Amino acid sequence: MTGWLAHLVVVPILLPLVASALMLSMDERRRTAKRVLSLGVSALLVGVAALLLWSVRESGPVAYRIGDWPSPFAITLVADRLSTMMLLLTSILGFTSLFYATARWDRSGPRFHALFLLLLMGINGAFLTGDIFNLFVFFEVLLAASYGLILHGSGTERTSASLHYIAINIAASLLFLVGVALLYSVNGTLNMADLAVSLSSAAEENLALLEAGAAILGVAFLVKAGIWPLCFWLPRTYAAASPPVAAVFAIMTKVGIYIILRLSFLLFGKDSGGAAGFANDALLYAGLATMVFGIVGILAARHLTRIAGHYVLVSSGILLSAIGIGGEALTAALLFYLVSSTLAVSALYLLIEPVERHADEADIIEGISEPVFDDEYVGAIEEEETEEGVVIPGTIAILGGGFIFCALLLAGLPPLSGFIAKFALIDALFRHVTIALSHWALIALIILSGLATTIAMTRAGIDRLWTPGEDSPARLSLVEVTPIGLLLTVCLTLMLAAGPVMDFMQATAGALHDPGSYIEAAGPATEGGGVR
Amino acid sequence: MEVVLSLAIGILTASGLWLLFRPRTFQVILGLSLLSYAVNLFIMAAGRLRTDAPPIVGKGTADPAAYADPVPQALVLTAIVISFATTALLLVVLMASRGLTGTDHVDGEDGEA
Repeated sequence: MTGWLAHLVVVPILLPLVASALMLSMDERRRTAKRVLSLGVSALLVGVAALLLWSVRESGPVAYRIGDWPSPFAITLVADRLSTMMLLLTSILGFTSLFYATARWDRSGPRFHALFLLLLMGINGAFLTGDIFNLFVFFEVLLAASYGLILHGSGTERTSASLHYIAINIAASLLFLVGVALLYSVNGTLNMADLAVSLSSAAEENLALLEAGAAILGVAFLVKAGIWPLCFWLPRTYAAASPPVAAVFAIMTKVGIYIILRLSFLLFGKDSGGAAGFANDALLYAGLATMVFGIVGILAARHLTRIAGHYVLVSSGILLSAIGIGGEALTAALLFYLVSSTLAVSALYLLIEPVERHADEADIIEGISEPVFDDEYVGAIEEEETEEGVVIPGTIAILGGGFIFCALLLAGLPPLSGFIAKFALIDALFRHVTIALSHWALIALIILSGLATTIAMTRAGIDRLWTPGEDSPARLSLVEVTPIGLLLTVCLTLMLAAGPVMDFMQATAGALHDPGSYIEAAGPATEGGGVR
Repeated sequence: MEVVLSLAIGILTASGLWLLFRPRTFQVILGLSLLSYAVNLFIMAAGRLRTDAPPIVGKGTADPAAYADPVPQALVLTAIVISFATTALLLVVLMASRGLTGTDHVDGEDGEA
């Protein structure tokens, strides 16, 4: 990585920031210009992220020190396999959600595009930064943008849901600061790689303070990741958000997961002396509890948005308990699951609105407000006697096809990537010589969550798509179908190219377990050796 | 000085937490503000408490022992700005919620009243 390529690391942060600033100065009425600009920027981000991923895969982690200061003092950005993979995932979700939003959602409030690009900047920054305090700053950027986006479209439900969301996130940010202060007071550094080095040689009497700091810091991320019992805000907030916003928020819980993944392997990996393996058990059991809560929530949910919200919780639970157990094979599997489930949930959020729009109109005609249990289907079933051959309308065919695709992905049924991910997780768990009781519990819960998702999605699908309406179905624009199709195509690619993708995940997991190359690139040891 | 500072942090945190768990939105905002003051003081304390030690190195001298650690002060400055901005935003949402639901209860409805 030399020449202009070396500066590529900072582009995912600068590009959306500049575009967003430009857009603030543009008149609200110049909608087409804004759409073209923001779609162009998010498409460019996909390209940049892919290029970064490719170059990091070839040549290992790259550190970018802003202002070329020596390492512990500079603001360091680090691109390694994990962070560029997350960048690529973010930019794909960003592009598809923005594309979807141009159907009509970006018109329901001012400054949608500017806020959306700021959110992308915050998320990209959080993935790239190699410094805990900058992580805080990027977190605040992404949160501030997300507050604006949650409120986008306004309305009572959105406002009161966002009140909770904002209050909880401000409180979590304060915890974040306390954690940062504690870590700084012991180590005198905030650079993650530097922290990892000084932590491995930390004095015994400081260990309690360090662990307290890390635990408080961890709680701040776990609130974002939506771990039980810190997750009650999540389903309601995500259900209240407008569809394209909810679709991009699917990555937000993964930001919390990413930081926990990064810090727990960097700071408390196997080489970090007395603190090694800190909080792993806590993550495992909290993850299991989150899964139980999510499964119950999925079964109890009456709306598709709630099903999706609880599914986000289940996937957080699976990821966190897998992080708690650790091991290279399991980490690779959980990374695969992370990518696959994020894409699928995002697609589902985009799909929900057209599906429910159709159902809502049918409801008005039949006078059924919320058919949930079987009694209410009686009418539909009896009508079968007079059944004639009916051509399935194109809209329903597309929606139904997408819905089934999403359901298979989320439930982890073969042959799609969701199945491969869950299979890899369970396979990695079985590879341990002795399988502990908690591992059995995780396996059981992974399978149960698939069952619960199948049941809930089947119920919702019958309810929303099969209940015959007398009207012609609602119109579906190409702008809405294309992004959903794109997301599902990415999932399909993930399935077809499962071999190479899994190899990449294996190497990523290997790099996480042996953070030597990361520390070497980002830490203070290579003063002057880094790129400017 | 240590006792005074830790008492201040403790009292601010305790009052902030109590207000945070109150059912009215305005109390929640005040609670969050008090908590953020407590956290800012805490970050200052993380850089060790010293008097007569400026955080900026003067001309000519290069004895680090005579100066305080500048990093926590920079962190506090950033934290103040950010918490100020988010509090302002929360205030706007509070007003909107009050206007839309007609109550200042955090859930938008007076449950037990």
